[in-house]
Amino acid sequence: MAEAALKVQGTDVATPLLKVSNLEGWYGESHVLHGIDFEVRPGEVVTLLGRNGAGKTTTMKALMGILTKRKGSVVFDGHETIGLPARAIAKLGMGYVPEERGIFSSLSVEENLMLPPRVKPGGLSLDQIFELFPNIKERLSSQGTKLSGGEQQMLAIGRILRTGANLLLLDEPTEGLAPVIVQQIGATIARLKAEGFTIVLVEQNFHFASSVADRHYVVEQGKVIDTIQNAELEANIDKLHAYLGV
Amino acid sequence: MFELLGITPQALFGQLLLGLINGSFYAMLSLGLAIIFGLLNIINFTHGAQYMLGAFVTWALLHYFGLSYWWALPLAPLIVGASGIVIEKLFISRLYHLDHLYGLLLTFGLALIIQGVLRNNFGISGLPYSIPPQLSGGQNLGFMFLPNYRAWIILVSVIVCFGTWFVIEKTRLGAYLRAATENPTLTGAFGLNVPLMITLTYGFGVALAALAGVLAAPIYSLNPNMGAELIIVVFAVVVIGGMGSILGAIVTGFGLGLVEGLTRVFYPEGSAVVIFVIMAIVLLIKPAGLFGRTA
Repeated sequence: MAEAALKVQGTDVATPLLKVSNLEGWYGESHVLHGIDFEVRPGEVVTLLGRNGAGKTTTMKALMGILTKRKGSVVFDGHETIGLPARAIAKLGMGYVPEERGIFSSLSVEENLMLPPRVKPGGLSLDQIFELFPNIKERLSSQGTKLSGGEQQMLAIGRILRTGANLLLLDEPTEGLAPVIVQQIGATIARLKAEGFTIVLVEQNFHFASSVADRHYVVEQGKVIDTIQNAELEANIDKLHAYLGV
Repeated sequence: MFELLGITPQALFGQLLLGLINGSFYAMLSLGLAIIFGLLNIINFTHGAQYMLGAFVTWALLHYFGLSYWWALPLAPLIVGASGIVIEKLFISRLYHLDHLYGLLLTFGLALIIQGVLRNNFGISGLPYSIPPQLSGGQNLGFMFLPNYRAWIILVSVIVCFGTWFVIEKTRLGAYLRAATENPTLTGAFGLNVPLMITLTYGFGVALAALAGVLAAPIYSLNPNMGAELIIVVFAVVVIGGMGSILGAIVTGFGLGLVEGLTRVFYPEGSAVVIFVIMAIVLLIKPAGLFGRTA
C-alpha cells in the first residue's frame, strides 16, 4: 500500500497513536498493574486478552484516567496523559465504552446519546449513528436502561462515535449478548476499522477478537506476557488456550 | 358548608394562604437541599444559616449601601451563593471520599459559626426591614384579603421551583447534572468537568436558600436564629419528599405547607407537629420518601 494511503486521520501510521510503557496501577493499597507495555498504531484494532482478574479492565481504566493511582507512561496522540484527569484525556480524543456499558438510568436514550460533548471534529452525525444502529432511533425517548443489552451496547458505542474520539476503548463489548448481536457488534467494529478508527478491545471471547483484531496482547497478573499477531493466531492456538485457561 | 364546620371562609382561606407561603419557603429550601444532596451527597446543615444570610445581606445592602429590596433580590443570592462556592472549595470538597456523616458535621459546625458571629454582632431581637412600597397593600378577593407581598412570595417561589425543575429535567445542562449525580466517574471520562459542576451546583443551591432569605426579610423576624428554626422542618420535608428528589422537594414543600395550614384551622394544637408526624409515617411505610428511589 502506498505511504499516502497509510495516513489515517492525518496521523502517520509509523508513529503509535497510543504507546503504553511500564504502566502500573493501584486500587487503594492493592497493586494490580505491574508494568503494562503495548502500543497501537493509527487504524489498528488490538485486543487485550486474558483471564478474569488479569488486569484488562483495570488497564482500560488506567488509560482513561479513571484509575487515578497509576504511574509509568501513556502517550496518546503525542501527549503524555499519565498525570491528566479523565476529562482532559477524553478531550484529547480517547473514547471509553465501559464493561457495564455505562448507560444512565436517569437519562433518556437521546440524552444518553447526546451526553458526551464533541471533543474533535470528525465525529459521526446522528444520521450516521442511526444508520449503524437503527434500533436506537426508534427508542430515543425511552429510558436508557430500558433498552435490551444489545441496544445498550449500541448506544454506548454510538454516543462515543458522536464525539469525534479517534481512539475507542471498548471493554468487553460482547459480554452477555446473543450471538446475533455479537455478530452485529463485530460487523460494526470492522466497519469502524475500515473508516480509520483505532480501537483497543478487551475480550475474553478470542474467537470474536480474532475476527476483528490485528494483534492480541495477552495480559496476566497485571502484565503483558505475550503478543500474538492475528495472522499467527492459528499457529499459536494451543498457547493461547493455555493462557486463557480454555 | 364552612359554617357547618364552624369555620368561616376567611379563616380557612387565610390559613391556607399562610400555609402556601410557608410551603413556598419549604419548597425553595428543600429544593436547594435536594439538589446539593443529589450531586454532592452532602446533607447541607448550613442551609438554614445560608437562608438567614440571604435575609441579612438584604438588610445590609439597604442599611450600609442604600440598595433597595429590588437590588437585593439578585445581589443577595449572588453574594451568598459565592460564599457557598468558597465554602465548597475550602472545606466540603475535602470530604467527598468520606462518609455522609462528616459532611453533616462540618456543615452543622459552619452553621453554628455563622449564627454565632451574627448573634454576637446583631443580637437576637430582630432587625427591621419593610415591605417594598410597590408590593404593599393587598387585594380583596371577596372571600379573603390577599396581601400583595404574600402573593409575590408564592409567585416567585413557584417560578423559581418549576424553572429549576425544568432546567434539571428538560435541558442539556440538566442531563449533565443528572449524569454526574448518577455516575460522576463516567461523566468525567466523557470530558465533562464534574468538579466544576459540583461547585456551581452547591453555589446554586445556596443561592436558592439566600433567595428565600430575601423573600423572608420583610415578613419574618430578621434574626440570626431564623434559619435554625426553619431548617428542621425543611429537613422533614426533604425526608418526606425523598432525599435528592427535585420534584419531591417541590411538591412536598408546597403540599406540606398547605397541610400545616389546614391543621391550623381544624386542630391548631397539632400544627407544629403535623409535618413530623407525616415524616414518621412516611419513614415507616416508604423509607425512601414519597418521590425517592430505593437504592
